[in-house]
Amino acid sequence: MPAAAPQSASRKGLLALAAVVALLPFALANNYTYEIAILVGLNAIVCVGLNLLVGYAGQISLGHAGFYALGAYTSAILAARYGWPALVSFPTSIIGVAILAWIVGKPVLRLRGHYLAMATLGLGIIVSVVLATEDWLTGGPDGMSVPPLLITGEKPWYWIVGGVLLFTVWLAQNLIDSPRGRAWRALHGSEVAAAAIGIDAARHKLAAFVLSAAIAAAAGALTAHYSGFITPAKASFLHSVELVTMVVFGGMGSTLGAVVGAAVLTTLPQLLTVFKEYEMVLFGALLMLTMIFMPQGLVPTLEKLLAAARRKPG
Amino acid sequence: MLLRAENLAKRFGGVHAVQAVDFEVAPGAVQSIIGPNGAGKTTLLNLLSGIYRPDEGTIWFDGLTLTGKPPHQFAAAGIGRTFQNLQIFFNMSALENVMAGAWLHEACGLAAAALRLPRLARAEREARQVARELLEFVGIARWADAPSAGMPYGALKRLEIARALAARPRLLLLDEPAAGLNPTETRGIDGLIRRIAGRGITVVLVEHDMKLVMEVSQRVLVLDHGRRLAEGDPAAVSADPQVIEAYLGCST
Repeated sequence: MPAAAPQSASRKGLLALAAVVALLPFALANNYTYEIAILVGLNAIVCVGLNLLVGYAGQISLGHAGFYALGAYTSAILAARYGWPALVSFPTSIIGVAILAWIVGKPVLRLRGHYLAMATLGLGIIVSVVLATEDWLTGGPDGMSVPPLLITGEKPWYWIVGGVLLFTVWLAQNLIDSPRGRAWRALHGSEVAAAAIGIDAARHKLAAFVLSAAIAAAAGALTAHYSGFITPAKASFLHSVELVTMVVFGGMGSTLGAVVGAAVLTTLPQLLTVFKEYEMVLFGALLMLTMIFMPQGLVPTLEKLLAAARRKPG
Repeated sequence: MLLRAENLAKRFGGVHAVQAVDFEVAPGAVQSIIGPNGAGKTTLLNLLSGIYRPDEGTIWFDGLTLTGKPPHQFAAAGIGRTFQNLQIFFNMSALENVMAGAWLHEACGLAAAALRLPRLARAEREARQVARELLEFVGIARWADAPSAGMPYGALKRLEIARALAARPRLLLLDEPAAGLNPTETRGIDGLIRRIAGRGITVVLVEHDMKLVMEVSQRVLVLDHGRRLAEGDPAAVSADPQVIEAYLGCST
């Protein structure tokens, strides 16, 4: 049976991803392509975290752009307005967002059903409104500039983001193959059976949610210090939907799928700039087509086809 | 007594699914619950595993009052169960299903899991080994690495039992483990229940297959319309005129 040893399979995926990260610079011609690659990496980090929640723990967040933007703004504000060194403001923003996610998730996740989707939808909208209106702190709709770090330039940032992405994927894969990851997957598989083997649903959903929010915040803070300028657009509901689409398209419950989904759906709009105004239509159509023709998502579907092809050679 | 339930009642709207049921299980016994369809057998099992909260009554397990606690605490106290309608984690392999069952004994911190500390990697190898042994114990070792979604029905029934055993319960509630199986497969379940009891695990069995019930159980509780109709050893219960009437539906 080909499904054997999930661990070695996921390690192969990690190695393949590392090879792509290491070799990609040979194909990147200029700063613009580096920029896109970095953007892909940042989105991929968020998606790997979001996939832990959506693909493994079976909960939906429609406010992950909010956590991403909060991570970006918290680190930016602490650094720009209060002069904190980035090495301190960065972890502070992650911890701050994790605490917020805990406060929001704690009461909601005691309920069964998709209440988390509603709560995060509301939270995401509140975050984007606050970021756009509190000019004194956030610069309002025009955005704010972030003091540059010691490291600037596309190439070093490519390696930073690539390294963080690989680290995040490694963490996620370790978790999935641990008792805790199995507990999360058990909740997704059957909540009543999970309870019957002693798994506390509320506690585990909360842990998955807080972790995925913290990962989004880390990617957000990285974005802020890399780009040097942030706007409330990063918190928009549309961005939340884009993130969910990336996870679903790439393949829920596949860490590599989350990375591939982020890569495809981040570069596609860049290639099709003519369609800029129809970007959301494109995302919507893609989401529908994915659900109809490959509900498991791109990477798991391809894996299945490959396995089937290998079983009957020639 | 390992388990004692007193005056249990559960209503769904106006339907009294279970009412005024007293139930005791001695350690080491195989005790069956039988009754016609709709007698409240599964409801009683759901009460005993904490899936339902009783409207009245109390449940003690090994000196602990469990009434009103959430189901995962019933499991933590040592009550395991299987489900009549399969509740397999179809998003995992057979082996992973069983490994998930061991959660109570291998709980680990989030950071330790994410960083795969050496201690955890070792525990993981052991857990894998234990899960393989359990699959062998229930007789489906050859399906270990198969995605559970592709397994045949009979193997899934046994997988549920292996997963419940992985939690090392002291009391195992089996909800119709032979339902949907052919006579040969049912005989296999018969032997499996004996081997489980042989491990010192107390078993409560809900089952329709009378031959299976009569062969493995020391005591039988008969439910009808949510009430206790009779209780005793298999021979006495099957000779009870009230029981015969409930099953055959004839009145004198």
